[in-house]
Amino acid sequence: MNRRFPSLPFGLAARAENGAGWLLLAVLIALAVLAPVASLAWAAAGGSLAHWSHLAAFVLPQALANTALLLIGVGVLVTLLGTGAAWLVTAYDFPTRRMLSWALLLPLAVPTYIVAFAYLDLLHPIGPVQTAIRALLGYDSPRAFRLPDLRSLGGAVLVLGFVLYPYVYLSTRAMFMTQAASLLEAARTLGAGRLEVFRRVALPLARPAIAVGVSLALLETLNDIGASEFLGVQTLTVSVYTTWVTRSDLAGAAQIALTMLVFVLALILLERHGRRRQRYANTQRMRPMQPQRLRGAAGVGAAALGWLPVLAGFVAPAGYLVVETAKRLHRVGGVSDALIAGAFNTVGIAAAATLLTLAAGLAVAWAGRTLRESARRHPGRACARIASLGYALPGTVLAIGLLGPLALVDDALNTVLSAVAGIAPGLILMGSSLALVLAYTIRFLAVSAGAIEAGLARVPASLEQASRLLGESAGGTLRRVHLPLLKPALAAAALLVFVDAMKELPATLLLRPMNFDTLATWLYAEAARGTYEEGAVAALAIVATGLLPVILLARTQPKTGH
Amino acid sequence: MKRPFRPALALLRGLALASLAVSGPAFSAEEVSLYTTREPGLIQPLLEAFTKESGVKVNTVFVKDGLIERVKAEGEKSPADVLMTVDIGNLIDLVESGVTQPVQSQTLESVIPANLRGADGRWFALSLRDRVLYVEKDLDLNAFRYESLADPEWKGKVCIRSGQHPYNTALIAAMIAHDGAEAAEQWLRGVKANLARKAAGGDRDVARDILGGICDIGLANAYYVGHMKNAEPGTDARKWGDAIKVVRPTFANEKSGGTHVNISGAAVARHAPNRDNAVRLMEYLVSEEAQGLYARANYEYPVRSGVKLDPVIESFGPLKVDPLPLAEIAKHRKQASELVDKVGFDN
Repeated sequence: MNRRFPSLPFGLAARAENGAGWLLLAVLIALAVLAPVASLAWAAAGGSLAHWSHLAAFVLPQALANTALLLIGVGVLVTLLGTGAAWLVTAYDFPTRRMLSWALLLPLAVPTYIVAFAYLDLLHPIGPVQTAIRALLGYDSPRAFRLPDLRSLGGAVLVLGFVLYPYVYLSTRAMFMTQAASLLEAARTLGAGRLEVFRRVALPLARPAIAVGVSLALLETLNDIGASEFLGVQTLTVSVYTTWVTRSDLAGAAQIALTMLVFVLALILLERHGRRRQRYANTQRMRPMQPQRLRGAAGVGAAALGWLPVLAGFVAPAGYLVVETAKRLHRVGGVSDALIAGAFNTVGIAAAATLLTLAAGLAVAWAGRTLRESARRHPGRACARIASLGYALPGTVLAIGLLGPLALVDDALNTVLSAVAGIAPGLILMGSSLALVLAYTIRFLAVSAGAIEAGLARVPASLEQASRLLGESAGGTLRRVHLPLLKPALAAAALLVFVDAMKELPATLLLRPMNFDTLATWLYAEAARGTYEEGAVAALAIVATGLLPVILLARTQPKTGH
Repeated sequence: MKRPFRPALALLRGLALASLAVSGPAFSAEEVSLYTTREPGLIQPLLEAFTKESGVKVNTVFVKDGLIERVKAEGEKSPADVLMTVDIGNLIDLVESGVTQPVQSQTLESVIPANLRGADGRWFALSLRDRVLYVEKDLDLNAFRYESLADPEWKGKVCIRSGQHPYNTALIAAMIAHDGAEAAEQWLRGVKANLARKAAGGDRDVARDILGGICDIGLANAYYVGHMKNAEPGTDARKWGDAIKVVRPTFANEKSGGTHVNISGAAVARHAPNRDNAVRLMEYLVSEEAQGLYARANYEYPVRSGVKLDPVIESFGPLKVDPLPLAEIAKHRKQASELVDKVGFDN
């Protein structure tokens, strides 16, 4: 193997840097992610385009406006909440700051559809909030006085914003923590106030981190169907569903979904293009910045401000679930065996998917890393981009796209097995939860690949150059140099994927094998039936199961020093 | 390069671990596999009773959307025996996408009236679901026509779920079939103008929002009232149910004079590996016992005549079904869905 790669043209250099094995693996992973997209494209191509005139006349104007406003609203809210909270707990010290710094992650444990449902109940005219307000103002009937309905675009922005901000908080806080304190302190020495340091130094430096967090939050928003359904917001994703489910036009729905995908990709590429020349690796030993102590009213104010998103995004909906469960548990007579089996299924399958997603994410991120500035465009990078596609499609649409490829693989397996061993085992992937594990992996690869890529970007290229010059192979360098450095990034990726996989509903509903429930499908079934008795228990179980990884996630984050 | 495929090995290891977490389908001698878009909680008692009587084990998977796509993709190897869904449109879609097979059964044909099954035995209705008016309990309103929902007197007083939901598109399709597309569009615009809140949520939310003072009347399916009014006292559901009374609307159209009804139904899958058990299960579902469960546990209208109803449902009075053929409704549902878009009903 030629290790003098700097003198080679970039294609060869990329191969020399990575080893053909890594690149091949990254290509295979990218192909697996492309398979459902290709199958959707195939379906879309087979359909007529006639429905577009109807869409253009009656659906798209409203759906585009709603979608744009929803994305802008949620984007602004998660940026403000996520970045603001991250700066607050990094730059200032106030009572409860330590606890707050991990509590801010808690909304990650609650699926958006549960929060939407909880708020609909809490804020309903006959719910506790409005009942209390009426009692206070002396009205005796909701017909005499009630607040505006939550079912609106504004309501959806608030609900989604307060649940999804932790994505921004998580990525931004890591960035604030690891930014060289020297830069911030230099700005302070030059006379900038705390807020100005935030605005002119910390914020620009944190931009890639904010972008990563915001894009995850926005993709979740774009693909949400549960909360939109509860809150009555007609987004493009709802149009995809209407076209497919109500008008039985899968081809037409695939056309809309793919058009959306193109726009999403264009936006992501545009954002990356905007910061193409920026690199953030730092060789200095990181010294976290010294937080400024806030005392008295300022301290209490900061604490109140910081706890607000936790209260709205977690405490209120989770508290609601606890109360509802307590009210109903005696009626159900405890937790059923089926629910316990569902919990085991959920954890088992989420764990398997997490392992696979992590391995695949590591492979694409590693194959796509660069050793030098000039090697930005090499095939590994392209694979890393493609591998993130799964997150940009609504869950059910992705699952529909996967049906064809899964059937092909099952057919191939049967052909091979019957030729070799004379057995026809039937549906190996689709008949078992392997299909689900694959679906989760494809869906959440963006989360792990993104986190690992960001982690790799912070490792200076000189470390690998040194390792390789000393004779270590690419794989050896990964194992002996990068993996230890990547531990926090890997842990964060694993926990995010686990929590996301545990909450996943739409793909699970379509692809799961027979007699197989997860907590999310159980909850959905109960909610659909309208007997929330065990539904509340299942929702609480999802939140409780999600809490552990979220708390672990908080522990992997760098600590502020004192 | 020493070990080029380390990452591949890691992936394989991951897969091996993943396969530990999977559970393959269990194969026992006598079984039948049911793919359903109906909530399992609703049909589970029926299936348990069937297993008890016949000794046939029932495997289920509850699929919300994409039942057809899944069965199609599974192809000849599909383990599905019975496909169960709600809404006539969904049933006809199953037949038209070619995932069903015809069934000849004396029992099914004698119990289910001819207008509630496919001519060639490709689908069978198992229960009826009438779409009724929930009314604030103190309101003096005892008869209603669907057409009146567009009357200006109800401005700001009507609640209903998304116009794109099959329960509503079927009703709008019936309206098109009765009075033509133009009249249906006028009507839908009128209803839209009367809405008290966004057309969203579910049918039970109509009762909840009537209790919450948001609206006075709203369209929803009748069986939810059975669930709510029979719920334990003190529960939310019971409070919602107690806040309303039910009026069965009829179409003004002189040929009709009946109430709009949709169905739940089932079909035998084209590649059913347990075809005999599939037919057995369907025959059981129209038996005296199962239809009684439909009527008194699910509060749906039985397709079998002479089955005793739940007292709450009984109190709505006799059900006069709109005589419009279901196939006619299915024919207009795409047009109905486009009409919903056109008048911006859900916006």
